[in-house]
Amino acid sequence: MKTIYLDHAATTPTDREVVAAMTPYFTDKFGNPSTLYGVGREAKAAIEEAREKVASLLGADPGEVFFTSGGTESDNQALVGIVYANEKKGNHLITCAIEHHAVLDTAEFLKRRGFEATILPVDKYGMVDPEDVRRAINGKTVLVSIMHANNEVGTVQPVAEIGKIAREAGVAFHTDAVQTFGHLPIDVNAMKIDLLSISGHKLYGPKGVGAIYIRKGTRIIPFMHGGGQESRRRAGTHNVPGIVGLGKAAEIAAVEMGSEEAHLSILRDELIASILERVEDVRLNGHPTERLPNNINVCIEGAEGEAMLLSLDMEGICVSSGSACTSGTLNPSHVLLAMGIPAEIAHGSLRVTLGRSTTKKEIDYLLEVLPPIVERLRKMSPLKRTR
Amino acid sequence: MYSEKVMEHFRNPRNVGEIENPDGVGEVGNPVCGDVMKITIRVNHDRIDDVKFQTLGCGAAIATSSMVTEMAMGKKLDEAMTISKQAVAEALDGLPPAKMHCSVLAADGLHAAIEDYRARQNRKEEQA
Repeated sequence: MKTIYLDHAATTPTDREVVAAMTPYFTDKFGNPSTLYGVGREAKAAIEEAREKVASLLGADPGEVFFTSGGTESDNQALVGIVYANEKKGNHLITCAIEHHAVLDTAEFLKRRGFEATILPVDKYGMVDPEDVRRAINGKTVLVSIMHANNEVGTVQPVAEIGKIAREAGVAFHTDAVQTFGHLPIDVNAMKIDLLSISGHKLYGPKGVGAIYIRKGTRIIPFMHGGGQESRRRAGTHNVPGIVGLGKAAEIAAVEMGSEEAHLSILRDELIASILERVEDVRLNGHPTERLPNNINVCIEGAEGEAMLLSLDMEGICVSSGSACTSGTLNPSHVLLAMGIPAEIAHGSLRVTLGRSTTKKEIDYLLEVLPPIVERLRKMSPLKRTR
Repeated sequence: MYSEKVMEHFRNPRNVGEIENPDGVGEVGNPVCGDVMKITIRVNHDRIDDVKFQTLGCGAAIATSSMVTEMAMGKKLDEAMTISKQAVAEALDGLPPAKMHCSVLAADGLHAAIEDYRARQNRKEEQA
């Protein structure tokens, strides 16, 4: 049975061209970029080339891009680094209820250390109101962190507006762009972004590598201490193959992004319309238009998310869910709950995220097998649906 | 993450449905926490003649429901009352730690159905 992979928000397959670009840096070009001799210089040149490729996709200066181990590290670095560097200025940060746990749990950690955090609500579409950001900023605020697009429901936030508000107030603005870098256009100057998190494996690059954009002049302390790598901003021997891979992935994304967005948003809208048509009692989660081109997230009443996921897996289809059983806790997704979706409905959530290789045929197959799966699970349920 | 046995019961659950005019009904769980289970039994001479389940829940909830009905079928009521959550989990070759509550629910559902049957019997005796 052929696998139909529809969980690209979780991870993407590494592009073969990316793997090819990385391979020499494991063996022939194995040098440590911090050394002065030939193989070291070769590795150094490779990471600087990767830095330029990442920077160019952000509209940034290469000197403002620092390589990390991934999105989680970049988020942690942004929050902890800014807050501890600005202790004399203030002790307050602002974020929102549907952030990735890499941001939310870091904000919680900082709260336990005596900092203050305002967790802004979102509307029923998962959208942050920029005016809420403006109102939450006080004299002690040192950071606003609002994600570019949500990983579960795909809602794209008004980051340019939020950036403008933060800039006017003289507060640093961080955005977690793990789901958007290489997928949606980003311009850190136009959007007034001061810090931005990137993960390699979400754009057909390798796992275990990411980057953080830090605007020149931003007061921040390093998260990792040790060697003086990355202009003393991030210690640790460079993950040269990974960084080269991330650079190559950014280079490919720069070419593919426009057509990919057009292709996927058509498939996305077809899939959403067809699911709503073919399955009863389904609601779309997230914003109807301001959403990632590859994201479909629905709640299917009377069927539990993990049971649907396992059933689809039996048909060779990989998707994800925000049910309690898949979140690893006893509660369903914090994102769906923050959007005001009742827990009993949130347990029936299903997320389908398309990718570069997704075809109409794959979507059609999903649409063929999903209704009978839902039917079977609903028949097994003791709850009689009202309609 | 699930054993082959859990997946087998999830794919082909035993005794799904609802017994008409059952002798005992056990309903446990609630939709807010995500798992709801209903077990109906038919009792004959203190023995479970038939048992069926309906479950809204995850893979483990469905597999444990199926397993508990299989284990209870044909058993004396006293014996069926001793079916523990550990026994259900073990019969399925184990469950991931986060899923152990599903096996509690399945065993609780069965015990609730038996208790319901006994309460009905007591009422009948009182009326007689």
